[in-house]
Amino acid sequence: MTERYQRRSALAHLGLEARASVVAGEGGVTLREAPMRGLLVLRGDGGGKAFRSEVTAVLGIEPVVEPLTAARRRDLSILWLGPDEWLVITPDRRRARIERMLRDALVGQHAAVTDVSHGRTVLVLSGPDVLAVLAKGCSLDLHPRMFGPGRCAQSRLAKCQALIHQTTDAPEFEIHVPRSFAQYAWMWLEDAGQEFDLRIAPAE
Amino acid sequence: MLLIECPWCGFREESEFRCGGEAHIVRPLDSESLSDAEWADYLFMRTNPKGRHRERWVHEHGCRRWFNVERDTVTHEILAVYRMGEHPPAEPATGGRRR
Repeated sequence: MTERYQRRSALAHLGLEARASVVAGEGGVTLREAPMRGLLVLRGDGGGKAFRSEVTAVLGIEPVVEPLTAARRRDLSILWLGPDEWLVITPDRRRARIERMLRDALVGQHAAVTDVSHGRTVLVLSGPDVLAVLAKGCSLDLHPRMFGPGRCAQSRLAKCQALIHQTTDAPEFEIHVPRSFAQYAWMWLEDAGQEFDLRIAPAE
Repeated sequence: MLLIECPWCGFREESEFRCGGEAHIVRPLDSESLSDAEWADYLFMRTNPKGRHRERWVHEHGCRRWFNVERDTVTHEILAVYRMGEHPPAEPATGGRRR
């Protein structure tokens, strides 16, 4: 594993900290990076009692069954990716421990836990005009009557594979893109948000 | 652009999907005893109908699941969508285009 002091965010070279300028209530949309999230892909039998109880024991959250939904408990989230596939989001400092606990709990089951943190980047978009910005590059219907907090969907944003997760009613969206697409997705969002007076916020 | 209903994610744009060709082709169990012609028939020969066609699709940029689609190859109308392992809907007795 990469040594901690050598790890860099996928957007480190853009110098975003120096450009961050957010005054509360200003701008139609705000963009920031959420670097170094712990992202674990969990696979297993979603209908199986043993799988469900072991995962719930470790995370304190049941693997969500309803497609395109997510659940959260304190600093952990679990997102539906498929009928036998979930994404577990953890704080960076707890990532390795939760990965090990899940692995240990699922020994003997037809299940898998894979750490994909280093391959993805999370961008956070919020503000009153966020739906208008996303609609410029994504065919998903993110209107509140169809989407909402606690919903997630994998689709494409400006032709880039993206997992879009609405976290709050505000609205705030977390957009997971492959690390190699991080700069492209960031610059596309920055450009798309220009007409809405996009502001850059400091990374988490 | 087709609007395809993924059995898990609902209606999505065609560009999120990839077509995997004809569905319900069963791999021969005793492949070692097949002649070259029979093996080639299994590998390469497809029905290529004009009209109703059952095919496999994968929701590549979504949930990445494979499923079956029954589609009219002339009009591109999608007649049915069903999950892997499910039986295809019966063909209508009359009115449907025949192979």
